[in-house]
Amino acid sequence: MSLACDIITIAAVSAGAFFFLAGTVGLLRFPDTLTRLHALTKADNLGLGLVVLGLLPQAGSLRDGLKLVSIWLLGLLAGATVSQLIARTARQGEAAK
Amino acid sequence: MSIATIFEIVLAAVVLGLGIWTTAVRETYSATVGFVAYGLLVALIWVRLDAVDVALTEAAIGGGLGGVLLLGAAARLRNAELMVTETPGKVTRVSAAALSVLIATALAGAVLLLPDSVSTLAPTVVAHAWATGLTNPVTNVLMAFRAMDTMLEKVVLLLAIVGVWSLAPDSAWGGHPGPRHQADPNGVLAFLARLLPPIGIVVGIYIFWTGANHPGGAFQGGAILASMWLLAIMAGLTDTPPVRSRRLRFILVAGPGLFLIVGLGGLCFGAAFLAYPPALAKPLILGIEIAMILTIATTLGLLLAGAPERSAKR
Amino acid sequence: MSAVTVFGLCAAAAVGLGLYGLITNPQPLRKIIAFNLLGSGVFLLFGVVGRRGAAASIGNDPVPQALVITGVVVAFSATALAIALVLRLFQKAGSTTLSDDAPPGADPNLPGG
Repeated sequence: MSLACDIITIAAVSAGAFFFLAGTVGLLRFPDTLTRLHALTKADNLGLGLVVLGLLPQAGSLRDGLKLVSIWLLGLLAGATVSQLIARTARQGEAAK
Repeated sequence: MSIATIFEIVLAAVVLGLGIWTTAVRETYSATVGFVAYGLLVALIWVRLDAVDVALTEAAIGGGLGGVLLLGAAARLRNAELMVTETPGKVTRVSAAALSVLIATALAGAVLLLPDSVSTLAPTVVAHAWATGLTNPVTNVLMAFRAMDTMLEKVVLLLAIVGVWSLAPDSAWGGHPGPRHQADPNGVLAFLARLLPPIGIVVGIYIFWTGANHPGGAFQGGAILASMWLLAIMAGLTDTPPVRSRRLRFILVAGPGLFLIVGLGGLCFGAAFLAYPPALAKPLILGIEIAMILTIATTLGLLLAGAPERSAKR
Repeated sequence: MSAVTVFGLCAAAAVGLGLYGLITNPQPLRKIIAFNLLGSGVFLLFGVVGRRGAAASIGNDPVPQALVITGVVVAFSATALAIALVLRLFQKAGSTTLSDDAPPGADPNLPGG
């Protein structure tokens, strides 16, 4: 049972790390702010979600698992809000030019 | 070389790379962003060093609140950058580099040549945990064994806020710190500022409460509460309080004041200044910490709000 | 090559970097950032020494940890005061240069302001 848990953890965390890498490559290679935000938020939300999913089998109790999921939800909330604010500012900056 | 060591070497290399970039990059705004990232990665280093309380403090106060402070200042000073024309001459740079390399090498030598016998106070702290009834050794040290340091630190916070307030121009003396933030009341920022503070307050109080037996404490919880308050201020949902308000000043003094009163009580009724009778230790520490977290949250928030800029309308 | 060595060397390098940035950067805000870099390097040195003192089933000596927590808060309040000073200097003088010559925009005869 614990071997299955470890395999799930390694697989999910590796997938999450791959998404983080993809998001970073997108941040560095995409041409403008809006596309970079797209890459970041898609990758980070999915990446963080997969990492949390991978850590859930290792959590000691239900309470620890709920804390991990709430970290992911708060990360989603913060990421969504901040990328909206950045995108609006970027749009206004472009319109002003 | 184990995987853990490789991870630590990579982490240290990234942190150093960020440090070099922060020092060398041209624009101040980029340096600020680099510093925030540096602070968060240093918090990871603290976790690797098994000091989770310090990691929480570094992430919350050093990286989080410090980053907000520096970002706000960098935004306001963006025009000032264009006016700075002086750059240090080659002699200054070379001698500064020589001095830095000398000091860094000396410290590195000290680290590599640390004696094999280690003197540590950990067993003493754990052995005396019965005196307070708390099991988090760092909280024990902060609130009981070296409570004098913590009390004086609260006084330092108070002095810092007095210093910041004294920078108010005459027209705004006693007024509201910082500009009045406006945000679309139906917009995303206002939505976040309505949704997040209840969660943040629960998280902050939880981290404060669990600091008795697990990593956490009043400083980390107070920083989270301060950031929730600042979020509401930045979204325009509430305004900074006028600094001449008596209630505000009472809250600021409550933390060190209660500490001092308990200390003098220990002097009069107990063995020494700040001595807690073991039966009453836990309630006393809890009471002091409640006053402390209120003061810390208010002080950190006000330090970030800055000097008063708008006069208080009567 | 233990954690102590790796992070100790990292801390020594951070101290050197912070010191260099503090001396050579002309803008006060960069000096404040470099000062914080220097401070975090010193705190890491404390942490490294504390890690060596791991005993009695605690991973890190609690006394240096408490000192560093105090230090982080005090460094933050010093940074906040320094930034308030820089902003006020910018308000009054129009620029944040630390040199002695008054910038062209400042009028020393203006009261308060």
